[in-house]
Amino acid sequence: MAVQDLDVAAYCLRLGDDALVLAQRLCEWAARSPQLEEDVALMNLALDLLGQSRSLLTLAGEREGAGRDEDDLAFLRDEPDFVNAQLMELDNGDFGRTMARQLLVSAWSLPLWDALVTSTDPDLAAIAGKAVKEVAYHLDHARSWVVRLGDGTEESHRRMQAGLDEVWPYSFELFESDDLLQRLVERGVAADPAALQPIWLATVSEVVAEATLSLPETDWRPAGGRRGTHTEAFGYLLAELQHLHRSHPGVSW
Amino acid sequence: MSTSQPPKTSSGSPLWEVFVRSKRGLSHTHAGSLHAPDAHMALRNARDLFTRRQEGVSIWVVRATDVVASSPDEKDPFFDPAGDKVYRHPTFYDVPDEVQHI
Repeated sequence: MAVQDLDVAAYCLRLGDDALVLAQRLCEWAARSPQLEEDVALMNLALDLLGQSRSLLTLAGEREGAGRDEDDLAFLRDEPDFVNAQLMELDNGDFGRTMARQLLVSAWSLPLWDALVTSTDPDLAAIAGKAVKEVAYHLDHARSWVVRLGDGTEESHRRMQAGLDEVWPYSFELFESDDLLQRLVERGVAADPAALQPIWLATVSEVVAEATLSLPETDWRPAGGRRGTHTEAFGYLLAELQHLHRSHPGVSW
Repeated sequence: MSTSQPPKTSSGSPLWEVFVRSKRGLSHTHAGSLHAPDAHMALRNARDLFTRRQEGVSIWVVRATDVVASSPDEKDPFFDPAGDKVYRHPTFYDVPDEVQHI
């Protein structure tokens, strides 16, 4: 049995919730994608994220030491207990908006996992080693679409820019620090969010320029997901995610 | 051979043929076809559609319109002459067990 470490548990819960909630959102594209080929591509991304969330929530449960497993954490917590960034839970909107969100998330998670490969928590480092290859592809996929839609037709350009404008303000939350992160960065467990931001901005700026789009300018910085405050859309997502498990406790294939 | 525009789907993307090499030492084999707006996306779609279960180590994509195919009308002169030339098959000597993929 692993040693109890509530700080690491809380950190894994954040990252696990990020992956779980974004996976659930992406799954809403199943059978609705612009192309059959893209349907499979999006589900591959979602499955990667779901796999990451399973590992992270399992580790969160172990470090918490209260006997909760991945299912308990995914299905039996209520909205204020979820600590994902709000960016992950935003409605998909059109395909352009989904790709804008995917770009902002992947450009953050790639340097994040890259840094966590050398985390002093060996279990977290092991998860990072697998995730870093997965999100490298996620970034490549999002970049490909953002460039094609941005530098595409007049209509695709307009919608790509609109999607980027809508999700952009929510990206700032990814780089917020707090007491928990400061303690974990000091211990070499967590990645320093402030160090990720310039890498993220360089990647996003490059893609946005190639896509002939412009970086949104706004001072509005919604946040609070890490403290359990969520957008209106989140409750509906959670209901769909949890209702089967709650209606039929312990159900399996 | 047709010189018309590539066939397009309702989504407007041309058709691509996908070839996957399952492991080093083997040839690329036709795996199927897909739609994609350009070669870059065709390669990524192929990765997502045809190598999800570790089927491959290398992928080729070719525009379906760039594949030059033999015509069914030419079947007889193309293939029948090989029918009675059994000596072209390696059936008259023993192949060692160690030799694979022949």
